Amino acid sequence: MSKYRVQDGALVDGGPLTYNDDVVRKFTIAAVIWAIVAFSVGVYIATELCWPSFNLGLPWTNFGRLRPVHTSAAIFAFGGSTLIGTAFYVVQRTCRARLWGPPALANFVFWGYQFFIVMAALSYVMGFSKSREYAEPEWHLDIWLTIIWVTFAVIYVGTLVKRREPHIYVANWFYLAFILTIAVLHVVNNLTLPVSWFGSKSYSLFSGVQDALVQWWYGHNAVGFFLTAGFLGMMYYFIPKAANRPIYSYRLSIVHFWSLIFIYIWAGPHHLLWTALPDWTQTLGMVFSIMLWMPSWGGMINGLMTLSGAWDKLRTDPGLRFSVTAVGFYGMATFEGPVMSIRNVNALSHYTDWGIGHVHSGSLGWVAFISFGAIYYLVPKLWNRDGLYSVRLASWHYWIATLGIVVYIVAMWVAGITEGLMWRAYDSHGFLQYSFIESVVAVHPFMVMRLIGGLLFLTGGLLMAYNLARTIAGTKPLIPGLAAAWPVLGAAPAGE
Amino acid sequence: MPTKIEKDAARQAEAEAVRTTGHEWDGIYELDTPLPKWWVYLFIACVVFAGVYALLYPSIPYGRGYMHGILGYSSRDSVNAEVAAVDKQRAVAMGRIAVLPFEKIEADPELREVAEIAGRTAFANDCQPCHGAGGAGRPGYPALAAGAWIWGGHLEDLQATITHGIRSSDPEARESDMPRFGADRMLTKAQIQQVADYVWTHFYGHSESGVDTAPGEKLFADNCAPCHGDHGQGEREVGAPRLASHVHLYGDARETIVAQIVAPHEGIMPNWNKRLDPGTIKSLALYVHGLGGGE
Repeated sequence: MSKYRVQDGALVDGGPLTYNDDVVRKFTIAAVIWAIVAFSVGVYIATELCWPSFNLGLPWTNFGRLRPVHTSAAIFAFGGSTLIGTAFYVVQRTCRARLWGPPALANFVFWGYQFFIVMAALSYVMGFSKSREYAEPEWHLDIWLTIIWVTFAVIYVGTLVKRREPHIYVANWFYLAFILTIAVLHVVNNLTLPVSWFGSKSYSLFSGVQDALVQWWYGHNAVGFFLTAGFLGMMYYFIPKAANRPIYSYRLSIVHFWSLIFIYIWAGPHHLLWTALPDWTQTLGMVFSIMLWMPSWGGMINGLMTLSGAWDKLRTDPGLRFSVTAVGFYGMATFEGPVMSIRNVNALSHYTDWGIGHVHSGSLGWVAFISFGAIYYLVPKLWNRDGLYSVRLASWHYWIATLGIVVYIVAMWVAGITEGLMWRAYDSHGFLQYSFIESVVAVHPFMVMRLIGGLLFLTGGLLMAYNLARTIAGTKPLIPGLAAAWPVLGAAPAGE
Repeated sequence: MPTKIEKDAARQAEAEAVRTTGHEWDGIYELDTPLPKWWVYLFIACVVFAGVYALLYPSIPYGRGYMHGILGYSSRDSVNAEVAAVDKQRAVAMGRIAVLPFEKIEADPELREVAEIAGRTAFANDCQPCHGAGGAGRPGYPALAAGAWIWGGHLEDLQATITHGIRSSDPEARESDMPRFGADRMLTKAQIQQVADYVWTHFYGHSESGVDTAPGEKLFADNCAPCHGDHGQGEREVGAPRLASHVHLYGDARETIVAQIVAPHEGIMPNWNKRLDPGTIKSLALYVHGLGGGE
């Protein structure tokens, strides 16, 4: 082991502490690859929604099978790889401790998780599905993922336990909430009875409206704890690091953490307003969603206000610009959500493309942007490079992707409200004014507009992948004396 | 001259020097800023709103029941009331359409207008998915606008077809059952090809040189003519389609004729009497009749 370690881009004599950055590098590369896959499949299925002949008349390429490939690639492959990778990066640095366990264990989490993703995608395309949204993989893959997840949790908690800091940093609270809650959600929602030991088909342990409620307790909290809490953990490390500013308010972080954790878990029934779910359950889902507004915004305030005194950095650091814009979109989406959970608003928005717009302002604006910010920060550090290959290219990525999101969301808002209004319109004789197919025809232009938004977002992603590849391939080292080739960090300085 | 941003930064740094919590992780500090007042007040306001809403509407469960709320709201009652209101709005006109004969409906401008709206809406939602926009049809789903009726194109025929369906579970459904000449070995493969050649050239109007249609003609007369007629004119009593036409249920290709003779597709149309009221069904009959093929 080296007696040197890297901190804030400088080589310091910190005793025999080295970090396991090898696994973080792997997750970072995987995240970028999966981002491109997720965006590409998204663009393709958006094309199918504009022109159904793109289904090609083949079972493997129809919308029903490709949609879960898109959602799983975006949430679990891209989002998950970013989350696990940054969790490993952040927990080591904020605990001043190397990852718990042998490196093989962390590598098992990496390869096991990637194997799960590939198998899940293949199974969707071949027509295997549990038909539970965001939990489509069949039972044998669910069991495999449980093993991976528990290993991840053990490594993470083990590292927290052996920390050399007196306190646990707020980013780790969020990462831990994400890891523990996702474990519980995954196990309970996927309780199924396999038809046979060697067949893949299984049936849910729950039935009817209870089944729907369990599914949306899971689905909503996958948003809450995977896509919100996990990425808030990312925000709490990478924004103060990139801005080089202290966190705005420690107290706010405590209060909004606990209120978010407590309230989020009850809000799932708002996905089932105006259904067979009992009215009392619907009411509780709605009022908990309303109460969730400020706890969500606590994270936004802490993220934005941390920039006080460092706003000028946005001019020069596109990575930080991504992170801060992400917090803005986070604030917007977490306001829109409670609004849509209000019964009367939901009567208009439910089942329409407004829902698709809402989820993409969260996933493109918040999840993807906060990830881009973290990745642009991480890659030069992980590969010992003196900055990105091209800051201008990253800046182009920022503007193209932002334009893409705005085009996408506006198209879906207009389409969703159009659908909602057409479906409920009665004429003077008491007949429905429009047939369903007329609403499909009416929103076609907005489907095309959404496709354009998605194409812009994909273009930005490709620019990022190119920029990062050139950064990694580059030769200008961040720390002279350290070998420039992978794996570099943690290795002994040359000449020693 | 320091810029405004720089001055702000300097002031901020001064203030922070005394206000961090004292913790540090990897160079990150935390300020001890109190909770923003507006945040606290809005949070409290949301909680109060939630509490009041929960008192007004059905909310807290207990045992096998739940608090019904001060307003006594029920989403089922609310949707029933809305449906009842539009039903009432339609009731008079639809009631008259249901009982009056077609001539009377067509003679009354107001009833005709209502029937037109009801028929158009019901067609777009319930019929168009199979029969296509404007009744253009698709293979296996008759082109309603073309007038090639299997069971008849008069208003009363259409009403009966829509009401009871074809090969549906309704006892009065229209039933027809073409023999499976190939699958049940009533004709050989070669014979089926001969019949198909004859039907394709003689009735479908295609020309092909060097094909002897005489054996096919003989086979047709023995096996097919009893239902489809000597001249391929069809027989509506048994639902045998007219062959001497340019519009064919399964398309114009010879292979489709062979396929039908070997093992006929037997399409099913639902009986709509379980899902639509009699007034809507009559409005639909009028609408379909007006698509261009009505008799």
